[in-house]
Amino acid sequence: MPLLVPPAATGTSFTTARPAGAEPQPGPIPADRLLTDETLPGGTAVSFTLRRHHTLRLTALEAGANVSFLCFNRHELVDRYNMADTLKGQHTAKLTTGFILVSDMGRALASITGDTLGWHDPLGGHDTAAHVQQKWGAKTYQTARNAWHRNSRDHFLIELGKHGLNARDLVPNVNFFSKLTTDDAGHLAFVPNHAQAGDFIDLRAELDLLIILTTCHHPLDTSPAYGPKPVKLQRYRSDPPPADDYCRTYRPENERAFYNAELAAL
Amino acid sequence: MSVLIYTESPHAPEAAIYRRTIPAGDFWMQEIKAGQTLRILDLEGNQAADTLFYNAADFRERYSAQDTIRENRGIYLTTGTRLYSNELRVLAEITADTCGRHDTLGGACSCEANTLRYGHGTRHMHSCRQSFLLGLMTWPEATSFALNKRDIPANINFFMNVPVTPTGGLQFDDGVSAPGKYVEMVARMDVVCLISNCPQLNNPCNAYNPTPVEVLIWA
Repeated sequence: MPLLVPPAATGTSFTTARPAGAEPQPGPIPADRLLTDETLPGGTAVSFTLRRHHTLRLTALEAGANVSFLCFNRHELVDRYNMADTLKGQHTAKLTTGFILVSDMGRALASITGDTLGWHDPLGGHDTAAHVQQKWGAKTYQTARNAWHRNSRDHFLIELGKHGLNARDLVPNVNFFSKLTTDDAGHLAFVPNHAQAGDFIDLRAELDLLIILTTCHHPLDTSPAYGPKPVKLQRYRSDPPPADDYCRTYRPENERAFYNAELAAL
Repeated sequence: MSVLIYTESPHAPEAAIYRRTIPAGDFWMQEIKAGQTLRILDLEGNQAADTLFYNAADFRERYSAQDTIRENRGIYLTTGTRLYSNELRVLAEITADTCGRHDTLGGACSCEANTLRYGHGTRHMHSCRQSFLLGLMTWPEATSFALNKRDIPANINFFMNVPVTPTGGLQFDDGVSAPGKYVEMVARMDVVCLISNCPQLNNPCNAYNPTPVEVLIWA
């Protein structure tokens, strides 16, 4: 293994040029690389380990899907996705191919190596029982059994608890498949049905990760009725990022975040 | 850029029950009772006051940037903005603002994030999250559990201007603050306020020159 040396200290500008080449357009997952394949019903949650250099593909199975998403360094759970470091480090308020998810220790946690949508929401947060009840009324377990109304916050707390974590670890989350727009005055607006059936995003782990995600509504979803959409989850073996990897070289900051991740993986 | 709304405060500095200057690079941590008013005064202009709030009775309830921008339906903080906790309760409400716009997306600098943004030569420079941690680790009231990095949520950057572009870019614009600009908020519950007066030497937004701010409290 070659000596690890920090990348050059260059480039922190909003106008820093992005790579000139075409962005990666991943196709179907080769059968011999596929590790898991499952469908998560709308309104549910799951937590699992994604190994370093494995890729998670999330596919919207119906229009208007949403995935509220958290991730942590599997070996150091206090090292976790950090919204502000991710956004300011890459001068972005949206997530799509080329961007990485950065931890609060300056490490690349995951790279977005493919995306059919062009925009995923890092700002809106997650819905709560109060949001769901206010918009769509209460539907309790006692009256509705498996058709009860569910929310991301309760799911996040439950899944965090399964790994010895708690509300202190419920940091700002990402909402894949959702989009918020902002106007000049900074007002936020939800874009309905941003994702269509078949839209997918690929996340390559740059460290072993604990991933917690829900398929509940986006908290600003304007749907007239409660009805979170199902999402397909597939994990597959991908290759370690080479020196000219699209996400690694997307910005100078990303190269340094990859370096920090490589230090953490020693 | 859209028009900024300025709201003057009725409070006279002479009537404040507490005044303290926070030198650049220092932190300040203080309990503020429900109903009291906190003013943060930008003494020399375009200084970032990285600010967190906690429920004084239980630090597990703390400021939440995502809940604040969503519940206020806007990414900029100014007069009228309610600062929400992770329990969707109002910690404080901004009641006066002569700056017009404050950021809550840019977060705080840290030694580790500085390596990413500015290169590994900045690794050992002072940073806000060093100050936040020292504040949390030395806070005497932290008896219910040991505070650590888990207890640093995304913060407010008072006096910073970080617009989102229509195409989803995040810009760090020239400041809209100036010497003597201030922002004021009324506590809606007993809170502990933790401010890191940002020591950043690598960012043009403060002209590479961090400067003091003053905090004032009215009963």
